Amino acid sequence: MTKEQALYNYCVRLGDNALVQSYRLSEWCSNAPILEEDLALTNMALDMTGRAQLLLQYAGKVAGHGKTADDMAYRRAEREYRNDLISELPDADFAFTMVRQMLVSTFECFLYAALVSSSDKEIAAIAAKAVKEARYHMAHTSEWVIRLGDGTEESNRRAQSALNILWSYTGGLFETTDADALLLSEGMAADVSQIKTKWQENIEAILREAKLILPADDYQQTGGRQGLHTEYLGHMLTEMQYLHRTYPEAIW
Amino acid sequence: MVNTTYTKSQIIDLLAGIPDPEIPVVSIQEMGMLRDVVITEEGYDIIITPTYTGCPAMGRIEQDILGMMEQHDIAPAKVTLTLDPAWSTDWMSDEAREKLRKYGIAPPLHSSCNKARFGDNVIHCPICNSEHTSMVSRFGSTACKSLYRCNSCLESFEYFKCH
Repeated sequence: MTKEQALYNYCVRLGDNALVQSYRLSEWCSNAPILEEDLALTNMALDMTGRAQLLLQYAGKVAGHGKTADDMAYRRAEREYRNDLISELPDADFAFTMVRQMLVSTFECFLYAALVSSSDKEIAAIAAKAVKEARYHMAHTSEWVIRLGDGTEESNRRAQSALNILWSYTGGLFETTDADALLLSEGMAADVSQIKTKWQENIEAILREAKLILPADDYQQTGGRQGLHTEYLGHMLTEMQYLHRTYPEAIW
Repeated sequence: MVNTTYTKSQIIDLLAGIPDPEIPVVSIQEMGMLRDVVITEEGYDIIITPTYTGCPAMGRIEQDILGMMEQHDIAPAKVTLTLDPAWSTDWMSDEAREKLRKYGIAPPLHSSCNKARFGDNVIHCPICNSEHTSMVSRFGSTACKSLYRCNSCLESFEYFKCH
């Protein structure tokens, strides 16, 4: 694998994570439990769309095949998507969304903080913007996890049951491939093995305050890096790509 | 053929007046979005930077810049988006902050982006200047603002987030 191919894969993975998260968050539009959360979830979705656009556009540029961010989003099949499985799971309820976003945004705070010093100038520039937004997302969602976990019996039950499901997908955040090793040696990628300890400490502190218990079973479901997804991504893409598949040359 | 009768500072002066599409009381220059003007043999290159990655105003700003250049017959002109260095509210001038406050938006606190949960920043009400305010919603009508309420004069207002 060449350096360009590895960089392309890396950008696609970061871009797909932003895109898939954006899609799941925007599904809450007009469905959130309160107006303020409708605003919050869609604002976070907008940040993610912006991030996905920058990363997928850059991936197209690195590959040199002239594909735009739209081509990348709307004209790739499920197995070509490289997002983490945790991001594609459907939202069972509001607690599920908040616990998921807290787990992922906390990871992204460390990931993008590390990528600010990437030797790839474009990745570093995108990371400098993304890290500020991720910190805001983490602050917001961790507040909610604490409110829900340390709230009523019902809100605690929902937050705990979300955590029980989501925890087995967090391993995917730290999944690496040969391409990562290549980029790491070039100082382009972030070392996720170093992020893991800091991430876990932060998560455990939030969960303690939220009176939530880390699941004892540590089985981790991975596969996103190889394009092996849950059944849910295909359904999401069917809806997301409908217009572009029906009217292939459609433009605004 | 490039019309070289215009200097960089003349172009910047010309574009400095373009208002922010979402907060028309401040200009794109006061917001720190207008970064540079590069004049080469190929024409005028206007360098701008987005506030937030998903800022939907960027398309409109590009159109406004190109419109202004065309109106003054300055050609050829193009707009280039740059991400580095990342935009920060720290670039906002004191005049711009005062304009925001008069417009009813509490300006961002200087260089003090608060990462703490359940934020403890004191945001002064832009209407009565009271410090007894509380956050209603962390997110607001645009990516760059959140919603507050003044507990003294009871008005609700927007706060321009630190970024």
